[in-house]
Amino acid sequence: MGMTMTQKILAAHAGLDRVKAGQLIMVNIDLVLGNDVTTPVAIQEFSKIGKAKVFDKEKVAIVPDHFTPNKDIKAAQQCKLIREFALDQEIEHYFEVGEMGIEHALIPEQGLVVPGDVVIGADSHTCTYGALGAFSTGVGSTDMACAMAAGQCWFRVPGAIKFVLNGKPGKWVSGKDIILHIIGKIGVDGALYRSMEFDGDGLKYLSMDSRFTMANMVIEAGAKNGIFPVDEQIIAYVKNHSNKEFTVFKSDKDAEYEEIYNINLNEIRPTVAFPHLPENTRTIDEVGSVALDQVVIGSCTNGRIEDLRVAAGILKGKKVHKGLRVIVFPATQKIYLKALREGLIEALVEAGAVVSTPTCGPCLGGHMGILAKGEKALATTNRNFVGRMGHPESEVYLASPAVAAASALTGRITNPEDIVEEGVGNASKR
Amino acid sequence: MQVKGNVFKYGDNVDTDVIIPARYLNTSDAAVLAEHCMEDIDINFTDRVKKGDIIVAGKNFGCGSSREHAPLAIKTAGISVVIASTFARIFYRNAINIGLPILECPEAVADIDDGDQVEVDFTAGRITNITKGRTYQAQPFPEFMQALISAGGLVNYLSKQ
Repeated sequence: MGMTMTQKILAAHAGLDRVKAGQLIMVNIDLVLGNDVTTPVAIQEFSKIGKAKVFDKEKVAIVPDHFTPNKDIKAAQQCKLIREFALDQEIEHYFEVGEMGIEHALIPEQGLVVPGDVVIGADSHTCTYGALGAFSTGVGSTDMACAMAAGQCWFRVPGAIKFVLNGKPGKWVSGKDIILHIIGKIGVDGALYRSMEFDGDGLKYLSMDSRFTMANMVIEAGAKNGIFPVDEQIIAYVKNHSNKEFTVFKSDKDAEYEEIYNINLNEIRPTVAFPHLPENTRTIDEVGSVALDQVVIGSCTNGRIEDLRVAAGILKGKKVHKGLRVIVFPATQKIYLKALREGLIEALVEAGAVVSTPTCGPCLGGHMGILAKGEKALATTNRNFVGRMGHPESEVYLASPAVAAASALTGRITNPEDIVEEGVGNASKR
Repeated sequence: MQVKGNVFKYGDNVDTDVIIPARYLNTSDAAVLAEHCMEDIDINFTDRVKKGDIIVAGKNFGCGSSREHAPLAIKTAGISVVIASTFARIFYRNAINIGLPILECPEAVADIDDGDQVEVDFTAGRITNITKGRTYQAQPFPEFMQALISAGGLVNYLSKQ
């Protein structure tokens, strides 16, 4: 029996020729990542281990992105702690406010991950880098501390589910709709402990930004990692962003999959996850009338340049619905600058949206857009759990940037097809 | 190694945002985190919980964020063990790493009700429902796991080795 590409990457990093699902192995790590919420706990644990220095100062990345720019005194203390640690440890890839971004958009942009790498991060959305054909997964602060000390982490080799994507998605269907559709199909624990491997002819229609979105949300199906086969698009992205050498791993033809799903991309509709789980999906045709108080466009899931282009394209020359709060946050400084130069920021601000500095803030109910009791938000983020963006009696609906921008114009969840192709107010036809 | 306490029973997919809402993550002080444990799912939890009490829940317990603050808040609030049908994978690692005992036992979850008094023998993997007079079998903890929990987590355990 052959191995999946995930299994091959793990085997290579464990110094083994072969591994099989269920096997416990110790794996060498190419990059250890932490943020301002998880790193302070990791530093406490690291100090107990008693090692003076991290295993490799070039293989640790620390990104203060959750409560930054510092939202209050406690957050400022946490950030100060990690800043001092980074300075003391001479951590090469520490990104201060001004050069930082939301970690999972920033790390690939900085070229710190390449195909075949093993990355762990004390943040659940570390799985994002599977879009580059790397093995990457979220862990907690203690695992981060141990990996900073030893450069290693133990894993149980995961089994896999394959998603064969065929056909071409419709104009307003992006990676967000595809991954929400999949989570709706398999459930929030549908891939528990396993890899989600994407394959099929339809991949060629999915941009890197769409793939990052899809890999980012595999954790919402409980997966250990998500992974894309390394194709020309990935290689072009990596060569454009990194000088690191890399190895391409391919799944064997006889690799074992616990389940295989065939998905026709041209059948997928713009999709919305209703409160309070990402699996509560409905197509845009089934949403009914949901009035909104806030629309959020951004995050590690959908704050990339393509997302901003789609949103600005829909909002340009129009006005956001009276009384609706629309918050846009580009995921990194580079994306922000690019959006500025392309005129996207101007279009968004003129439409009546506010544009924030890169931060995780509103996505996790941290700051910069908290919901009051009873309020409803549509967000391009990744989770809609109870209380996720504020009051425990507020509601979050998850969707793509296109649906978010269309909804920004009407104040209720809206199909972008209705806005762009038929004009606002003609929402019943398609 | 045995614990005994009253059960707090919850459903499926108890996520880390309800275990410890992100608005409290501007601190890593375990005592402060424990004061807000389960706040968004059970506002009375911290008033009612006593040392040794037990959480019983359905599938995918601890799904969502990687915040180690979640098992830390549960442990510091006094919970002696979490019994669930399944655990989300990052929570599973984190609970073991910080020394919070967890057991997967769908049979116990199906039968145990909120408020039942339950005793757990980690060495035997035996869960006893004192209120209902029934027992359920889970996987026993290997010795190193018991030592790890006694030490208070992975790092303390390793530094004692």
